[in-house]
Amino acid sequence: MTAAAVPATSPVSTGEQPGVRLARSRRNAELSLLLLAMVLVAAYSATVEATVLDTVTPDFWIPAAALGLVFLGLHLIIRWLAPFADPALLPAVALLNGIGVGFLRRYDLAQAAPADREHLAIFAGTGGRQLAWTLAAVILAAALLAIMRDHRSLSRYAYTLGLAGIVLVMIPAVLPARFSEINNAKLWIRIGGFSIQPGEFAKLALLAFFAYYLVRKREVLSLASRRVLGIDFPRGRDLGPVLVVWIISLLVLVFEKDLGTSLLYFGMFVVTLYIATERVSWLLIGLILFFGGAYLAYLLGGTVGGPFANFYLRAEIWLDPFGDPYDKGYQLVQGLLTLGTGGLFGAGPGGGQPTLLPEVQTDFIFAGIGEEIGLFGLSALLVVYLLIVERGLRAALAVRDSFGKLLAGGLAFTLGLQVFVIVGGISKLIPLTGQTTPFLSAGGSSLMANWLLIAVLLRVSDGARRPVGPGGPAVRPSGGPPEQLHGAPTEVIRP
Amino acid sequence: MNAPLRRVGVVVMILFGLLFANLNWIQAYKADEYRNSDYNGRVQVAEYDRKRGNIEVGGTAYALSKETGGKLKFQRSYPDGEVYAHVLGYKPVNLGDIGIEQVENDFLAGTSDQLIGDRVKDMFTGNKTGGGNVLLTLSKGAQATAFKELQNNRVGATRGAAIAIDPRSGAVQALVSMPSFDPNPLVSHDTEAAQTAYNKLNRDPDRPLANRALSETLPPGSTFKIVMAAAALESGIGPQTEIPAGSSYTPPTSGSPIKNAAATICPGPTGTPVTLKDAVTFSCNTGFAQLGVKLGADKVKEKARQFGFEQDDLTVGQLNEGGLPVAASRTGDMQNPDGGTDPAALAQSSIGQNNVRMTPLQGALIAASVANGGSQMRPYLVKQLLAPDRTTSYYTAKPRELRRPVSGQVAADLQDMMVSVVKKGTGENAAIKGYTVGGKTGTAQSGPDTPDHGWFIGFALDKNGTPISAVCVELERAGKGGSAEAARIAGRIMEAAIAGSGGR
Repeated sequence: MTAAAVPATSPVSTGEQPGVRLARSRRNAELSLLLLAMVLVAAYSATVEATVLDTVTPDFWIPAAALGLVFLGLHLIIRWLAPFADPALLPAVALLNGIGVGFLRRYDLAQAAPADREHLAIFAGTGGRQLAWTLAAVILAAALLAIMRDHRSLSRYAYTLGLAGIVLVMIPAVLPARFSEINNAKLWIRIGGFSIQPGEFAKLALLAFFAYYLVRKREVLSLASRRVLGIDFPRGRDLGPVLVVWIISLLVLVFEKDLGTSLLYFGMFVVTLYIATERVSWLLIGLILFFGGAYLAYLLGGTVGGPFANFYLRAEIWLDPFGDPYDKGYQLVQGLLTLGTGGLFGAGPGGGQPTLLPEVQTDFIFAGIGEEIGLFGLSALLVVYLLIVERGLRAALAVRDSFGKLLAGGLAFTLGLQVFVIVGGISKLIPLTGQTTPFLSAGGSSLMANWLLIAVLLRVSDGARRPVGPGGPAVRPSGGPPEQLHGAPTEVIRP
Repeated sequence: MNAPLRRVGVVVMILFGLLFANLNWIQAYKADEYRNSDYNGRVQVAEYDRKRGNIEVGGTAYALSKETGGKLKFQRSYPDGEVYAHVLGYKPVNLGDIGIEQVENDFLAGTSDQLIGDRVKDMFTGNKTGGGNVLLTLSKGAQATAFKELQNNRVGATRGAAIAIDPRSGAVQALVSMPSFDPNPLVSHDTEAAQTAYNKLNRDPDRPLANRALSETLPPGSTFKIVMAAAALESGIGPQTEIPAGSSYTPPTSGSPIKNAAATICPGPTGTPVTLKDAVTFSCNTGFAQLGVKLGADKVKEKARQFGFEQDDLTVGQLNEGGLPVAASRTGDMQNPDGGTDPAALAQSSIGQNNVRMTPLQGALIAASVANGGSQMRPYLVKQLLAPDRTTSYYTAKPRELRRPVSGQVAADLQDMMVSVVKKGTGENAAIKGYTVGGKTGTAQSGPDTPDHGWFIGFALDKNGTPISAVCVELERAGKGGSAEAARIAGRIMEAAIAGSGGR
């Protein structure tokens, strides 16, 4: 199963040096894959129009073309600024993003009066807004690539980013409910008609900080240990930072009423910790702490109520959504029915009834899409997500510095975990929490944050695949002392 | 750090594997269940995709669907909705459906297995053939008369029911429950308006949604004496046999005396004899109370059971399966706390009081079995199921006997006594010119301070003695004159049924 995470060509079999075999930039592959993705998005739009309008308007290709132009712009920037970046990342994300815009536009069609459907403007409705957000998010990603020419420069701002992350997480919890609460979760900053989800950005900032902190502490955390039952457990005083993050995530759970975000932060931290220390004990401690905490919150919610009541309610809905199908369990029940209606092959793009599903443009977009593309289509989307995550992990494997490994590995895992939390939530695998589905859900914060994440992965993978040796601009000549402590020992990639 | 990174890759794959397995569970294994769930709004949209069939009475559609052009393509409508409400029921968008609309839903909607041929044809032609049509046994005239006469009853009753059946076949000729309601607002595509209309009906203290003819029971009063008379005839008492009566009777162990409705009925001291026929004709309470105590609780209960009491699974729709549910009529408890028969309870039960409860349908079935020579036919409402193209018939009712409560001789004696009730007794209002009408009135106490219920069960025979209609009319809390008014209404309904069946 690890095959996907291993570089395609083994140095043993070819006898080449690592630096030589990675010399190809593969930008043309990226371009053709990107074109293929946009053709798929255009085909999706055409099918939607054929089903909903009984005719394909002459303008059906415009949203796909607009997206294509935006992504093409990013592709050119990558050619210029990160020529050795992973070629699969951009097309995969572009496909998801394009399907998201296409589905949201399809949702607008369903919402519009039948007479107006054929004349829906390109930038109108949720779909149009999402298109605009995509433009903004891609510009942001390009800007990050331009500013951050080497991912290691990020570590210079680690403490600033850590502080910013904590502040971003805390703002909604501290703000009065009317500025921060939407759908019973305090995850927002709402000013006027405008709302942003700071948590989406916080996860990037916090991860950069975690990576920096753990690279510095990894020796102490991984070496000083006591052996119990064959597993190395850390010393009591080294547990400090883990406990701090654990408490922060429990506070998020209680005060922002959101299990998903809490699980995301904690999972992110524990996994980076594990990658840094190579100690399974950290995973065990993390899992026990988290599930223990969640179970405790459930028990408290059932008995004491108060701040835990929301979590208790969510867990109850999860255990039996059909117990209260018209009120508390309504969303989840409708989500399940929507997925079930889709069945194996789905009703075809445009053939479903997304208006029957509440929050179909945000939390439940995966179910809404699933009604139309069925199990086969959703499996394909999951594979695309998996591809992005495994490509990110592969960049982490290939990059030479510890900070880059932790950063890319952590970010890739976080993306995968977020998909797991929301898709698992709407399909009743785990309790439902209000996470966005990366690149699909309507919403600027999520889109921008996830595109920034992709920009970081692109940058790291560029650093990883860039040829080493004389002329290699990013990496110091071999044998030279590491620039910084965290630039630490170069590792040879093992197959 | 590479080993843990690879393991993280495996962990992510496992997580995605779980998602994939779970999606399989939902979208493959549970797909059918979720697709057809009651909570799934798509089911409704699909239901309205095809034109629903008609429900017809005498060639006129009283439930039909019209094209709307909206998201739900067809709007159900009920012309003369109030008259037929309790039979047809309704098929709303979001509320529960009831009545024939519910029990014949599959056929009307076109999803019935019987209509599979039409579905296959649709697949090839691309058309949407509508659902099948349901033809009811009702007589337009009898139904309209029953509705109108109940509404305009002369004793000011606001609740009641009437049901008429053809004694020879069991075909229901009329079925009305008062108060009625208009089903049209309930099937509005504006689900909130429909819900509001439903809530209003549901909160109405007169409970217009209840089907009083089939699913509500009341103490039957003296109409129960027909059951008693049948038990007496079978235990060797003839119509002319004298039984002890008198103006007042106090059952053993009970302090409260049973009296007759008027001093002129069976006068004299306790035990003064009267013939069984006269006891029926003039509805002599004291005579039947003493008769019941003499026969014993077991015989009374057994006879009632043979007439159909205690059956709790009867339905009225098609003859093989399904239909509108009928509440069980009960003779109830007649025992002391120690388990022995309580003579006071038995005496009260013998005149249709105490814990005896009967549906109007059960009353009509008693009259029908008497009229039909002792054979009780199974009641039904659905005459025929007709294909969407109206040429093929998928079901035609073949009447069948439900039970045989009395022999032909006992039935003839009972007929004679009931005819006497209408000729010279308490049921004179039911008479129809040119036909032999028999019946039995009933007045039942509803409570210490509330007006009495008025009942009438009866039948009409033509010149050849062939039964044409049997009826039961019940006026809840009608007060004085209730049973006489019930008799009058029963006569008018049977008259209309006779006219409807060709005026033989």
